[in-house]
Amino acid sequence: MISDRPQDLRTDYDVTVVGGGPAGMAAALGARAAGAERVLLLDRDQEAGGILNQCIHAGFGLHWFGEELTGPEYAQRFFENVLEEDLDVLLGAYVLDAAAGDGVRVASPTVGLATVPSRAIVLAMGARERTRAAVRIPGSRPEGVMTAGFAQKLVNQEGYLPGRRVAILGSGDIGLIMARRLKLEGVDVTGVYELQPHANGSNRNIVQCLDDFDVPLHLATTIAEIRGRDRVEGIRVAPVGEDGRVDVAAGDDVACDTVLTSIGLIPENELSRTLRLRMDPATGGPVVGSAMETSRDGVFACGNVVHVHDLVDHVSQEADLAGRSAGAYATGSLLPEDNVRLVPGANVRACVPHTISTDRTHVVHLRVARAMEACTLRLGDVHERPLRYAVPGEMTTVKVRPRALEGFAGGTLRVDVVPREEGVKA
Amino acid sequence: MERHDVAVIGAGVVGAALARTLSLTRTSVVLIEAQSEAGFGTSKANSGIIHAGHHGDPATLKGALEWPGNQAWDALAAELGFAFRRIGELTVAFDDAERAHLDLLEARGRAKGVPGLERWDAERVRREEPALSHDVVEALYAPTAGVVNPYEACYTLVENAVRNGVEAHFDAPVTAVEALEDGGGFALQAGGRRIEARYVVNAAGLYGDALNALAGASGPRLRARKGEEYLLDKRLQGYVERLVFPAPSATSKGTLIIPTYDGTLMVGPTAHETDDKEDLTTTAEGAAEVFEKVRRLAPGLQPSDTIAQFAGLRAVAEDDDFHVGATDVPRWLQALGIQSPGLTAAPVLAERLVAALAEQGLALEPDPDAEPTLPPPVRFATAEPVVQEALVARDPAYATMVCRCEWVTEGEIRDAIARGARTLDGIKFRTRAGMGRCQGGFCRLRCMELLERDAGIALPDVRKHNPGSWVAIARVDGTPGREVTS
Repeated sequence: MISDRPQDLRTDYDVTVVGGGPAGMAAALGARAAGAERVLLLDRDQEAGGILNQCIHAGFGLHWFGEELTGPEYAQRFFENVLEEDLDVLLGAYVLDAAAGDGVRVASPTVGLATVPSRAIVLAMGARERTRAAVRIPGSRPEGVMTAGFAQKLVNQEGYLPGRRVAILGSGDIGLIMARRLKLEGVDVTGVYELQPHANGSNRNIVQCLDDFDVPLHLATTIAEIRGRDRVEGIRVAPVGEDGRVDVAAGDDVACDTVLTSIGLIPENELSRTLRLRMDPATGGPVVGSAMETSRDGVFACGNVVHVHDLVDHVSQEADLAGRSAGAYATGSLLPEDNVRLVPGANVRACVPHTISTDRTHVVHLRVARAMEACTLRLGDVHERPLRYAVPGEMTTVKVRPRALEGFAGGTLRVDVVPREEGVKA
Repeated sequence: MERHDVAVIGAGVVGAALARTLSLTRTSVVLIEAQSEAGFGTSKANSGIIHAGHHGDPATLKGALEWPGNQAWDALAAELGFAFRRIGELTVAFDDAERAHLDLLEARGRAKGVPGLERWDAERVRREEPALSHDVVEALYAPTAGVVNPYEACYTLVENAVRNGVEAHFDAPVTAVEALEDGGGFALQAGGRRIEARYVVNAAGLYGDALNALAGASGPRLRARKGEEYLLDKRLQGYVERLVFPAPSATSKGTLIIPTYDGTLMVGPTAHETDDKEDLTTTAEGAAEVFEKVRRLAPGLQPSDTIAQFAGLRAVAEDDDFHVGATDVPRWLQALGIQSPGLTAAPVLAERLVAALAEQGLALEPDPDAEPTLPPPVRFATAEPVVQEALVARDPAYATMVCRCEWVTEGEIRDAIARGARTLDGIKFRTRAGMGRCQGGFCRLRCMELLERDAGIALPDVRKHNPGSWVAIARVDGTPGREVTS
């Protein structure tokens, strides 16, 4: 059981971390590792761990811990480190406001309304799920339409089933995992309906959660109508043409009592907007440099706040970096300078971080727009390397070493992912 | 068995207003509602407009009551502490024929005594409401128009009535009516109870005609006229500041731009008759129609700005007017066919019904102990910092954030339950918890736990609104659960 201890807040924090999920815990530990003495970790929930607490399936930790863990186990390991390091932790605390250089204003039943001064702030608030409202499905508004994440919490943390016959809209990873979870509980899953002609979840989850459990995946298909007065009674499922038009007449009626939506995550950036950070419309998160610093001095960001990740291990790596940078900043070190700006080009929707340097090694994350087999990643005309494949449902991660950018003096580099033959240099 | 002077059937805004008016007298009153909470029928889906007063034809009852109704809302809002603001409205004309409509509305308003009417030329319209179409040639401005959250009006009216001694039963559809001997009133079967009352007022909305039939009373046949409404993203707050009406058509005041009290823009409603009194579906055609019409008014509005959508059903009588007062059955009264401007007129409809009850012999004596006011609800999100500090000092639950999108604290949700919320929608409409961008994804389970703790509703029995709208179906451990219809 993850719990906190009674806490008297200090008035002189070096680093305050907003959000106690995987990103926040790794960032707080990173800050301590970089030498920050006074580190505060805040979370609005009564437990640290964030969304990991409801992810009871295995598959976490292969990169970070070198072994396969469940979500709660992964969270527990980090929290034990937080306790070992004697970091200050305040749970049940919601950050109302923040100001770069000043700290945060927090509401909590144990400390009331308090202003917490802090030299550096790390934003690690995670993401929220897109809802039915964002896709405007016609029909009635019965109970039984819920996000896959809500259903996951209902099943795994509260011990209740949302329904007996479930349809899933969208092929995001949480929906795929819930398809398997509900099948294991004896629930009928009618299918996963994906508007796009490609799946949004990872290949691993398509195989392990759908194929292995005989749950059909219907691509280029959507839910065109939801029926039912008090509780969902059925849906109309219809094909989607290449032009994006839904052919309702060509559809089928499917009986079900529940519709789960797994149609994407949105970085939770209300606080970032309060701070007036420069935002990237492509990621929905703040623009960050190679130290995970935002456009405001002393404000850092990591995890799903910056861009939606597929793997928690990547979140931990990114957050460790953000925490180390915040710790260094708070204890008076200068942040390293970036001299390269990365700009998304062909088949690249977004890249993070937004700037890097030619003299250090960086981990760069990309999201592609379309799936490609054996392709080439190009950084301007300075560097290129082969990629085995690139799909929208999986973040593409590459290490860029100084050697790769040798001879480049700095400036803007366009990032392209192109078919292999196009990538061959003349 | 219960016995009362008056049974009011229907806790929509009209029944709620009547019950509350009667609660200020010594009369014994029971309020009977088929659904789980007040206002869950037609009232909940109302556009929330307190009409300026000049729209309706004074030759009709609905037209005649529009302006007197409008004037009652300042006092009502002050007493009950619900949100009400006179934001004003513009009826816009695109050509000379529509200008003639403005002439008619203006003349009507002046004859009724509606103050402050102004004609705005195109330049003034562009200055005051720059988002409106540049094809608008003229507008009629009416500063008396206002907005409320209609469910708040229902809840506070009922809460005040209950505090003043009115008995309220929910989940209690009336299934049988029996006339008591020697004209002593009626016995009603409702939600497993037998309730006797000397007088009955039928304010049962869409089902009022069926209820009249149970009592052998003749009254209007009621049809459902559906209206779809679309709520737009918060970033459009302030894009249009006043209610915007097109020049009116025969069946409705048209498809409007509605800046709601909370600042969110809403567009709609449609107006299509349907044979199905349960048809609360929104449709692709409805969305297309609404946006086509409102984009004529303000071309910058986009369908993709929609964050939520819903439909409501107005109860429309054959003659398209209100039917309020006595029926051909003594002591069985009705308030039926209450469509627009029914919300506006509700306070004066209540007065009319009270007068009709008195005419039929009900003695109405003011109760000096009755309390016409309610304390306003706590709103952490909009409170000044010093007020927030004081709230938290009083009760730390006001520092526990439950709905982080709308900043609703645990203290506010516990208040809502203490004030009558029994469902997730009841909490949502009272506090805004779950109305924000995540649509309850994070706060819903917390609200369910609070309903369990404070209202004693076990988690699997928590529902969105009416019985049947359960969130959970069964325990994971294999205990047999609830059957669902599909």
